[in-house]
Amino acid sequence: MTAHREGPVLAARGLSRSFQGIQAVGDMSLSLGRGELLGLIGPNGAGKTTMFNMLAGSLAPDSGRIEVMGQDVTGEGAERRLSRGLGRTFQIPRPFPQMTVLENVLCGAQDQSGEKVMSAFFRPAQSRKDEARATEKARHLIDFLLLSHLIEQPASVLSGGQRKLLELARILMADPKVVLLDEPAAGVNPTLLEQIMERVVELNARGVSILLIEHNMEMITRLCSRVVVMALGRELAQGAPADVIRDPAVVRAYLGDAA
Amino acid sequence: MIEILSYGAFFLTMALTYAVIALGLNLQWGQTGLFNVGIAGFVAVGAYVSAILTTPFSDGRLGGFDLPIVVGWIGGGLGAGFLCLLLGALTLRLRSDYLAIATFGAAVVIQLALLNLEALTGGPFGISFIPRPFADLSDRANLFAFANLAVMVVLVLACYAALQHLVRSPWGRVLRALREDETAARALGKNPVSYRLQAFAIGGCVMGLGGAAQGHFIGFIAPENYLPTLTFQVWAMLIIGGSGNMRGAVLGAVLVWAIWALSGSVVSSVFPADQQARAASLQIVLIGVSLCAVLLLRPRGILGEAGTLRRQPKATSTPSEGQNTHD
Ligand SMILES: Nc1ncnc2c1ncn2[C@@H]1O[C@H](COP(=O)(O)OP(=O)(O)O)[C@@H](O)[C@H]1O
Ligand SMILES: [Mg+2]
Repeated sequence: MTAHREGPVLAARGLSRSFQGIQAVGDMSLSLGRGELLGLIGPNGAGKTTMFNMLAGSLAPDSGRIEVMGQDVTGEGAERRLSRGLGRTFQIPRPFPQMTVLENVLCGAQDQSGEKVMSAFFRPAQSRKDEARATEKARHLIDFLLLSHLIEQPASVLSGGQRKLLELARILMADPKVVLLDEPAAGVNPTLLEQIMERVVELNARGVSILLIEHNMEMITRLCSRVVVMALGRELAQGAPADVIRDPAVVRAYLGDAA
Repeated sequence: MIEILSYGAFFLTMALTYAVIALGLNLQWGQTGLFNVGIAGFVAVGAYVSAILTTPFSDGRLGGFDLPIVVGWIGGGLGAGFLCLLLGALTLRLRSDYLAIATFGAAVVIQLALLNLEALTGGPFGISFIPRPFADLSDRANLFAFANLAVMVVLVLACYAALQHLVRSPWGRVLRALREDETAARALGKNPVSYRLQAFAIGGCVMGLGGAAQGHFIGFIAPENYLPTLTFQVWAMLIIGGSGNMRGAVLGAVLVWAIWALSGSVVSSVFPADQQARAASLQIVLIGVSLCAVLLLRPRGILGEAGTLRRQPKATSTPSEGQNTHD
């Protein structure tokens, strides 16, 4: 556990994945340093979400290796990532629509004794204690993510942007060290976008390492000191946002996408 | 008058044994979405395990351990739960329809095993002299009937309270999360296979318990009690009462058993003796028709799932209320 103290919190080496013979990601490597806020950009279909899904464990890579906090997690399913300290949001948010905002966020709590069937039955006091503590934490997070007025509402009433905030609150319940955000700005109104960005910055300032997929270049330039550009499943360039957007290869990849 | 009351007690006692089985199915299907079409098999395992544990020793049959009834019931529940655990461990990782095929197959195999393992199960004749609760009261028919009913009421209430507690606990919340969006629940660290397996086994355990209790009230069991008709009846009970709702399961069991018992007595009084076996299939038709009628009028069943959902926010606000005071 000491080895990763200086090393990257998230490292991928040589990840590849094909769908029906067509390669979506090929030989991609990526590393996210402790406390870093790294951007991942690229035209539509570049393979960003596929890359994300492999990092988050919901898609098995055909080849390559993934490490979280220096531990090999390549063969582990998505349900193991959060306890390893890695949380993710979805490009299209996935709240539990019939649950209230509070219940949604409570689902992010880890090691709750009430979630174990034996403890739920035979250690009711411990379960209640865990639940009360989780509820208190959930209220703070819901507050932090500006959803307090909706706390008892079913998640189905939330707007697209609020759903993104809800997803963030949900994973923050687990105190992740690494957070993967897939297009947090897409389809969000400008006021809410400003607030989401503030929250991302604040989270990062608290020491959470963040990998951010985003199309909004203004957001990338403001938040990230380093970006990786993907095109056709591979890394095309990386560096400071200001340099990267002037890179002719990057410009061509984006124009090619538009044409 | 007293006779009617004691018949009513007997009727309700039987209905409540089905209520326990339907409660087990509600955890599997109503809360978790696991399609069990082998209910009869799990009920049979519960009934036979309990019978073997509690009957007095008899020549020519293994078992007959003469243990207390409570031990038999616990054994029956554990036996059926363990079987569900095994079957679930083999199939729950696969696509969901495999569970349906596997449970159906298991029920068929169990029925054949009961018929053929004569040394243990008594073969086609089954097991008789299963001890009845309060047997020492049996010469006072009314008291006996009501004492038995009381036992069943307590058992149903206990199962209801235990399952309701589970469903409203954080454990139950994980089941709901998995049902609403499995991908999202996995991303939050919930293991779908593990939770489904737990729900399947606990549901099976409750079914086995219901089967065990039923065997002890009838006093004898035979393989023909555990045909697919039983599976159909229990499904009808849950759907009519309202899948996803524990009270619905109990209500459905009483209603469907009433239809079954009433139509059964009509059949036996209207049709001549040699036609009765065939006429009995009318009972199944009648349940099918009631099922359709309820689904047309109330698509979610009489008590529906809405009830469970409406109560949910209240259930979670309890701990938070306690917290406001300490802010
Ligand atoms: N589940 C899938 N099945 C088939 N093809 C897929 C699947 N997911 C992604 N792809 C393909 O992989 C490529 C990369 O997609 P994606 O990772 O979603 O790109 P991005 O997120 O950068 O827009 C696209 O060509 C897409 O059509
Ligand atoms: Mg994408």
